[in-house]
Amino acid sequence: MTRRSAALEVATVTHPGMVRSHNEDSIAADADAGLAVLADGMGGYNAGEVASGIAVEMIRTELKAALESKKPEELNGQGAEQLLVEKTGRANNAIFQAAQSQPQYSGMGTTLVVAVWCDNRMSVGHVGDSRLYRLRGGVLEQITRDHSLLQEQIDSGMITKEQSRHSQNKNLVTRAVGIDPEVETEVHTYPVQPGDLFLLCSDGLSDMVTDEDIELTLSSLQANLQLAAQQLVQQANDNGGRDNVSVILVRVTQDFAARTGMLDKFRAWFR
Amino acid sequence: MAKLILSLDGSVIREIPLNKDRVTIGRKPQNDIPIENLAVSGEHACIVTILNDSFLEDLGSTNGTLVNGNPIKKHILQNNDVIEIGKYKMKYVGEAGSAAAAPATADDFERTMVMGMPVKTAASAPKPAAAAAPAPRPATPASPPPPTPVAAIPRPAPAPAASTPTPVPAPAAAAKPAVPAEPQPLAALQILTGAAAGKEIELIKNLTTLGKPGVQVAVITRRPQGYFLTHVEGASFPVINGKTLDAQARQLNDHDVIELAGVKMEFFVKR
Repeated sequence: MTRRSAALEVATVTHPGMVRSHNEDSIAADADAGLAVLADGMGGYNAGEVASGIAVEMIRTELKAALESKKPEELNGQGAEQLLVEKTGRANNAIFQAAQSQPQYSGMGTTLVVAVWCDNRMSVGHVGDSRLYRLRGGVLEQITRDHSLLQEQIDSGMITKEQSRHSQNKNLVTRAVGIDPEVETEVHTYPVQPGDLFLLCSDGLSDMVTDEDIELTLSSLQANLQLAAQQLVQQANDNGGRDNVSVILVRVTQDFAARTGMLDKFRAWFR
Repeated sequence: MAKLILSLDGSVIREIPLNKDRVTIGRKPQNDIPIENLAVSGEHACIVTILNDSFLEDLGSTNGTLVNGNPIKKHILQNNDVIEIGKYKMKYVGEAGSAAAAPATADDFERTMVMGMPVKTAASAPKPAAAAAPAPRPATPASPPPPTPVAAIPRPAPAPAASTPTPVPAPAAAAKPAVPAEPQPLAALQILTGAAAGKEIELIKNLTTLGKPGVQVAVITRRPQGYFLTHVEGASFPVINGKTLDAQARQLNDHDVIELAGVKMEFFVKR
């Protein structure tokens, strides 16, 4: 098998921040299954926590079961992407139904970023403004593109990325899980190299800490993943911590190609 | 609603609500804000408002448009920005600004929204129309089109960090935010032993790593409340003034002596 547990190292931190009393973020990561999921809930009272909690719990459980029951060859990029779309759709349904049937949950929803690692590839799905970044060779790159008004303004050339830091419209997302009967999940697959470090985070990090500081932190502290995650959250809080802050770090320590050839299977048998 | 306070030589002439998507300023009478003055161009500038953001744009005027004394072509207005056109001054009072002035509780502060819901109600008590259209992306905007709000969800969103310089202590620290009066004074390390003895390292970055990767590494973080030393990797931990550090971060005091990977160095604050 793929033995992802040996290939992936994971650290997670979630914190309510310095201003809010509730943590509406939910996170889960599983190095054995090769998955990470992060959701930033929204809605009145505790509905945000409920929405993000449903999304993360459902996706983690169902995705893990699906990943473990499928053969590696079924989980090539396309197969994994289909899984992400399917599971996100199911979480969307569950949240939407709960919001419809219970008035106190009316209008709740959540952003989502979910990634699976399989056969030296990573497939990522996202909805809203929770992000996935990759640090490779000391350079940080934002892999997902927010579904937000701000991003659309940047794309249309109305404002620059630099100007966007001063916008008051940071809180408007154009897509979310659980708001409508259907959800459109954006999915992509990327090849992975040993040494890659992936960061999943809520906007509580990306709005409070610049990409440059995230890059510096990850590249300086990657020897100690848990410390790096804590340090990122601490920086967000030092800068004001106006929102919940969640961070999942996933480092690829070695090759995790699926063993599909006869010789590979034979070798795997002896492991 | 955001508004402009128009004044000349320090006396207020009138208040102008930004109640249109596009408000024009100029000498010609058909402007929304006509200013009868030869220093003002016929069509001088305009302000495009999209939800909480107002964009000021100079329309190629002869004498230019200043914001807080600096000439601009395009600018996202921030609360209390002063626009100068000729001898006239216009103070921008944003919606966020008036909200921040009011005693808002943390939890109803600028909640994130999925676009498309009535913005006003959503801001305090999110109640999205159940029949809200599925969040479509605005048709690829070619020219700066105020993207029509399509479908949005309330979620707590942080205010820009810059507007609230209230650095707070680490998550683990006491809940009461300490407010340092000034940014950290510059500090440095003086190497005392080894090949680099005498060398000085200025701690200008938020994170400075020390030691030998793979052997022993520690990091000095610059935070609002001071400089901290934390162990990153390696079997042995750094020693401060003869005492071995544990896994916790330790605040550095002026003239502390750090011993790391066989090298002694002194921490000192530069005056």
